[in-house]
Amino acid sequence: MFDLQGFHEAKDVADAVQALTANPNAEIISGGTDVLIRVREGKDAGKVLVSIKNIEEIKGVKLLDNGDLFIGAGTCFTHLTNDPLVQKHIPMLGEAVDTVGGPQIRNMGTIGGNICNGATSADSAAGMQVLNAIVCLTGPNGERRVPISEFYTGPGKTVREQNEVCTGFLIKKEDYEGFSGKYIKYGKRKAMEIATLGCAVMVKLDKEKKHIEEVRLGYGVAAPTPIRCPKAEESLKGAACTDTERMENYVNIALTEVRPRSSWRASKEFRLQVISELAKRALKEAIVLQGGQINA
Amino acid sequence: MRAVGKDKIRVDAYGKVTGEAKYTADLEPKNILHGKVYHSTIGNGLVKSIDTSEAEKVPGVVKILTCFDVPDIQFPTAGHPWSVEKAHQDICDRKLLNQRVRIYGDDIACVIAENEVACDQALRLLKVEYEEYPVMTTVEEALAEGAQALHPDLRKDNVIVHSHMTMGEKDYTFEEGLKKAREEYGEENIFTLERVYDTPKISHCHIELPVSFAYVDVNDKITIVCSTQIPHIVRLYTAMALGVPAGRVRIIKPYIGGGFGNKQDVLYEPLNAYMSMQVGGRPVRLEISREETIYGTRTRHQITGHTKAVVTKDGQILSRRMEAFANNGGYASHGHAICANCGNVFKELYIDKIGTEVDCWTVYTNAPTAGAMRGYGIPQSVWITECLTDDLARKIGMDPLEIRLKNCIPAGFKDPHNGITFHSYGLKDSIIKGAELANWKEKRAEYDKPQSGDKRRGIGMAIFCYKTGVHPIALETAAARMVLNQDGSCQLFMGATEIGQGADTVFTQMAAEASGIRYEEIYIGSTQDTDTSPFDTGAYASRQTYVSGMACKKVAEEFKDRILDYAEYMLNNAVQDFSKTVYVEEVTAAAKKIRELLSLSEETEISKDSLELVDSQIVEKKSGNPLLPLAILADTAFYSLDKSVHIAAECTNHCKSNTFSSGVCYAEVEVDMPLGLVEILRIVEVHDSGKIINHDTARGQVHGGMAQSLGFGLSEDLLVDPKTGKVLNANLLDFKIPTAMDVPDLEVDFVELEDPTGPYGNKSLGEPPVIAAAPAVRNAILQATGVAMNVAPMTSQRLTDAFREAGLIKTISVD
Repeated sequence: MFDLQGFHEAKDVADAVQALTANPNAEIISGGTDVLIRVREGKDAGKVLVSIKNIEEIKGVKLLDNGDLFIGAGTCFTHLTNDPLVQKHIPMLGEAVDTVGGPQIRNMGTIGGNICNGATSADSAAGMQVLNAIVCLTGPNGERRVPISEFYTGPGKTVREQNEVCTGFLIKKEDYEGFSGKYIKYGKRKAMEIATLGCAVMVKLDKEKKHIEEVRLGYGVAAPTPIRCPKAEESLKGAACTDTERMENYVNIALTEVRPRSSWRASKEFRLQVISELAKRALKEAIVLQGGQINA
Repeated sequence: MRAVGKDKIRVDAYGKVTGEAKYTADLEPKNILHGKVYHSTIGNGLVKSIDTSEAEKVPGVVKILTCFDVPDIQFPTAGHPWSVEKAHQDICDRKLLNQRVRIYGDDIACVIAENEVACDQALRLLKVEYEEYPVMTTVEEALAEGAQALHPDLRKDNVIVHSHMTMGEKDYTFEEGLKKAREEYGEENIFTLERVYDTPKISHCHIELPVSFAYVDVNDKITIVCSTQIPHIVRLYTAMALGVPAGRVRIIKPYIGGGFGNKQDVLYEPLNAYMSMQVGGRPVRLEISREETIYGTRTRHQITGHTKAVVTKDGQILSRRMEAFANNGGYASHGHAICANCGNVFKELYIDKIGTEVDCWTVYTNAPTAGAMRGYGIPQSVWITECLTDDLARKIGMDPLEIRLKNCIPAGFKDPHNGITFHSYGLKDSIIKGAELANWKEKRAEYDKPQSGDKRRGIGMAIFCYKTGVHPIALETAAARMVLNQDGSCQLFMGATEIGQGADTVFTQMAAEASGIRYEEIYIGSTQDTDTSPFDTGAYASRQTYVSGMACKKVAEEFKDRILDYAEYMLNNAVQDFSKTVYVEEVTAAAKKIRELLSLSEETEISKDSLELVDSQIVEKKSGNPLLPLAILADTAFYSLDKSVHIAAECTNHCKSNTFSSGVCYAEVEVDMPLGLVEILRIVEVHDSGKIINHDTARGQVHGGMAQSLGFGLSEDLLVDPKTGKVLNANLLDFKIPTAMDVPDLEVDFVELEDPTGPYGNKSLGEPPVIAAAPAVRNAILQATGVAMNVAPMTSQRLTDAFREAGLIKTISVD
């Protein structure tokens, strides 16, 4: 039994926006894997919940005519992992959301909720960072598109207004084509876990698979919000896949770009240890995935 | 053996896998009221006032009770048998709701409402004024000079009990032993070691939460249906807490979803009863949430062991010393029993040639209350003992297996303090069997070679011993009853409780074995009802298969005897009394048959001594020839117009014996040093638990225990904020029990020696599996990396810190 003031089953996005606008005490619920926990804890008790769970138009993954990918916000993790387009073009993201909680959670939780919840520990967050995802929000005044780099404003906070519905994420063709990617979740156990740290690396190698043309490094839990490490990324441009010295350098630069904190969950020192190790390991795995050779 | 030792399917298997088995929450009456507890938001202090006015306005709220409303009665909670000797009674140190707050989250008020939402809303509106005192979450703080005594009415300081135990000469001290070692062996031939080992506070994490509902029945009985391991103890302590006679309280225990010792304490049952009594006896349900369970019920004791040891260069352990400090939290619960148990196994597991000195301190603090948890102090004891053993072996360069074989507890060992004796002795056989299964010799040699790179491998081991039940430290008594049905089937009623461990199954097997009634035709009553069930103190101390098993065997033998009495009557009166019955042919034929078999004349009385019950048939004892189906006997016994007997038996068994079980664990690991990850490549455990009654359920016990021990060793750690006393990780996300993905394949074997004291040769197996895996993994990490981890759990952070300190991974310096 949950402490709710009301429940509205939205029939489409416009209906959801209207219901949210009508009541400032209203909150979106989709899979409920974050919202219901807050209601149970009393933090969000007494709210009106507007469900977007059954809006079909915001579910699934589409390949647009221009080659961009559109990921519906209401797509649950299980469907995302098993989606043929995801498996073909951005398998890293499918694998990342397959590390969320357990099977039941992955059947309920959605990619939209995972991002809009604003948590730095979200398993899709680092991946969305390196994919340069564009967040599509629909509010009373129509749609706006926000680059993921501008989406987060603080821990658990985003630019999304209370009456805006996230309908999905756009991944530009140039942001996935030619890239391989690897997400490594570091948790204290192998399932039912929140990331102590999440690291996503995407690389694009040259034709000979010898040199790195572009690398992207994103983290969850390395700062109050999910982040990228642009200086570290820049430092590896043109580097040989076997150049361990430059890779060490890239790791060291990344360490200057992160802002982990000590908490009872993990010390800053430990997080830095994991940050540096994962930057290296995720990069190497991403290179190998693309057919590159590394110094093991 | 027809039933014992056969791997029968659990009697409750179908009910539990189909979800049909009824647990407490499945049995609630309609229109039940809901209760919730208000927990203090300070860790040490006094409730000055509670303003309930706003909370009372919440629609649906029926009643709010505060610490100012409850009876001024202090009661105990430990699931120990009550003692008629004052000195052995448990400590009465809490009330239904406490005005004096001793832990963060202490129970200070409660709400009764029509639904749970109203309860929650009301809880949020209670306004509490406190007088706050400094919080002491550690033993050091609580023992510091001038520290406030948390229970000044019971103890002048925060020491609940201190006990001193020695092995060797009377008044032995380690310092004397050291002196003697120097004199006798020479300084150059001995090594000394001094180490501090530490263990975590742990939450049991049984699946079913502590849940109960209570009502006052029409006969004025205060009735509580609850998830408990110890219904008869709950009855007594609830009566004490309420200030009513024991007979007025009735406890009903249906199936329960695990307890691991947390439900070997009286938890919220007395408060639940009181809540019902305060609303005119209406049924009130009280389900404690997971969060409340973790911070507010009981935990495993965090025990720190300060140790010293002297060993000769060739591996003879001469003397050891342990000073153990147990953080007991705000209330005594099981009090000193657990730390003393920890001390016992330290002194028992190895025979120190000169002597052993042990001190155990159990201390009140403002940390969460510690009580019974599976293993009862022995996982901590063996962590301390077996870390020390490997550290000693490493110091002298001896194989850890050799040092153990050379010094471990021997056959026939008798503890000089309590007389507990190692009757059937399978420890060394287990060590050797396990070493072969784990490939110890080859693996140890392989991993002793220099290793490089980020990943290193090692193999480690740990041994343990464990008593069976609590005799002679406390009372061991059990009762059982069997009742015949018209079809020859029967009910078996035990006072002992099935809590998921498989007790009902092994009791049914033992009853089948002893009575001769088929396993499938014995219906065990799984619900204990203190008004109708035989008496038993409950599920704890790995006692039930042994202690309650004795009662089970005894009652089944007596039951059989009564059946054979009736068989004798039937056979001797076959013609005259049975001529008009439907069974005349069968009974006459049976009488004829046994007379033929024994060459008896028509006039000779048939004696029951020549009869036996086998597979639910009356048979001729010597030949085993079947004479009469039990079903015919039963139907006759019920409805005979000549002699109607309702065949039943009930008896008590007062157990006055005990015996040690033992075993070993071998763990092979790969350590990923930069990430502090430990992968268990293989883990093998061999148990010396006497004859195994049911191998399938026994293996299940061992699997579960090993998984829990891996949690103890690697991930489980209840974190308490030192400033407030608040538990930081009181949920299943942050308190890290291993998941199915984390637990490796668990290899289990047994050395089966018949114990002369146990029914069908069994001895303890319930708790022993939770002991050895953690130190075995620790010792494997030691071989792999050379780093001795002294604190459990060995989390990734602790491991990387230690590897950094050892120079195995590089230091990252970023400001």
